[in-house]
Amino acid sequence: MDTQQDILTMPHEQLEALQLEGVKKTVVACYENVAFYRESFDAAGFDPYAVESLDDLSKAPFVTKQDLRDNYPFGMFAVPRSEVKEIHMSSGTTGVATVGGYTDHDLRIWGDCFARGIRFAQGGVDDVCHICYGYGLFTGGLGAHYGSLAAGCTTIPISAGNTERQIRVLREMGSTILCCTPSYAMHIADTAIEMGIDPATEFSLRAGIHGAEPFSNNFRADLERKLNYKVLDVYGLTETMGPGVAIECWEQDGLHLAEDHFFAEIIDPETGERVPDGEWGELVLTSIDREASPVVRYRTRDITRFLPGTCKCGRTHKRIDRLHGRTDDMLIVRGVNVFPSQIEDVMKTFEEASSWYQLELTTKGSLDVVTLKVEVNPGFDFDQMSAIQNLQRQIKAALKTALSVGVEVKVVEPKSIPRSEGKAKRIIDLREGAN
Amino acid sequence: MIEQLTVFLENTEGRLSALCRSLADAGIDMSALTIAEVADYGVVRIICSDPERAVDVLDEKGFRAMDTRVLAIEVPNKPGGLADLLETLGKLGVNIEYGYCFSIDSNRAVDVLKVSDPQAAAKAVQDAGYKLFTLDELV
Repeated sequence: MDTQQDILTMPHEQLEALQLEGVKKTVVACYENVAFYRESFDAAGFDPYAVESLDDLSKAPFVTKQDLRDNYPFGMFAVPRSEVKEIHMSSGTTGVATVGGYTDHDLRIWGDCFARGIRFAQGGVDDVCHICYGYGLFTGGLGAHYGSLAAGCTTIPISAGNTERQIRVLREMGSTILCCTPSYAMHIADTAIEMGIDPATEFSLRAGIHGAEPFSNNFRADLERKLNYKVLDVYGLTETMGPGVAIECWEQDGLHLAEDHFFAEIIDPETGERVPDGEWGELVLTSIDREASPVVRYRTRDITRFLPGTCKCGRTHKRIDRLHGRTDDMLIVRGVNVFPSQIEDVMKTFEEASSWYQLELTTKGSLDVVTLKVEVNPGFDFDQMSAIQNLQRQIKAALKTALSVGVEVKVVEPKSIPRSEGKAKRIIDLREGAN
Repeated sequence: MIEQLTVFLENTEGRLSALCRSLADAGIDMSALTIAEVADYGVVRIICSDPERAVDVLDEKGFRAMDTRVLAIEVPNKPGGLADLLETLGKLGVNIEYGYCFSIDSNRAVDVLKVSDPQAAAKAVQDAGYKLFTLDELV
């Protein structure tokens, strides 16, 4: 089996030469085959035939999610429809869906990219890979599926839902690799424990490849303890491929970008200029060898940074830091910008508070009211009324310091924050005029 | 010293009744129940049979429950019974966090007190001539 070790440990200059070749092909293919790019390059005065270095790419205009939506359904395809073998779509909960098309080649590189996560976990033919991302138009299920097949695992395409059955299969089939959202992994662990099954000893998991939503290091530690395995964070988005754009290796020290398939930039979301390595900004991706739905400078809205230095694992592909929120997840509360990741950072400092919390935004008169509901951990001594009041007061003060916004804090009963089988819902915006 | 069952409840309709039904279904017998509340939530304190099992039962039903050590002190069921005890505790320097009382017959009442150092306080009140109830004597 090809482990792609040569590509993953290639000297970076060589990788950059490969990236330049790919980027040159991509910009030309986009210009010649996609009306949108022809217009936007011409309008920006960007000559796709004159790219001589990766720096030259910064003269190209950005493409946004809205541009992809505007060209729904097939307007962004760079190949004839007949060469497109599979379609995926983003959920479209915030507007018209965005569509990704895949040729046979595109599906193969997608599988290779996701398979890297499995290989980072030393996975292969000896592994049983349990995939409970949702299958369908969402890229999670099939992306993991192609990755599992590419890595040579025995693949269980169980999809999401029916948690008790998931638990039976995990136990009875001895699955070693679990692919799903981190919140669903937690839901599986907690449900198993409620059923009287100890997943740490009765499951055979070695690794979890979890993504599609942000999770804190505390949440990861909790998962790793409950399921007795190692969690690798996977990043990806439908607009550029799906999961596998970047994946953590066994060092758990940043996500290795698939630099042989994507050229990444990190920009200041306000100015659009590249920021120096190590600084936080918005991730921008350009396809290197995508055929059906290539992108040139796609603004992901995801906030991350390049990690300086090389990884202990010896692979040369650049690492991005774990995502620090999204530019469009930003809430504006009483005129103040609030990132959900800031709330997460505060909450993980409170031992008494569980990882189940939710922020509710409402309107009172003309003012925004923010209420944080949180479930406390079992060990918390709440026998005295003042214990709960003190905890609420301390969280409130810490949030005020971190966010510069006043937040009401309410301790709530266990299980009163909804457990989802997909993404954890951290924010409920009930403000007048919201959404 | 006895174990008291303490339960956190949100101030929403039907929670107290669900709590009591869960305990009833598990065959837990209550001798006393008191509620301390603020606007959004309450803390329910219960003297009952088998408090440890009660915690497990409630955990399973999705309540946040714990057991807490308290003193259950016998006082004469007559005017001044509690006042005498509190004066004695005051002299002994025992600090009370909260408490509640109920009578068990025409001669005797029980003062349940949560104190900061229950071990030391138990010894001090017994040395002062008071009798402490065991849980078996109350349920």
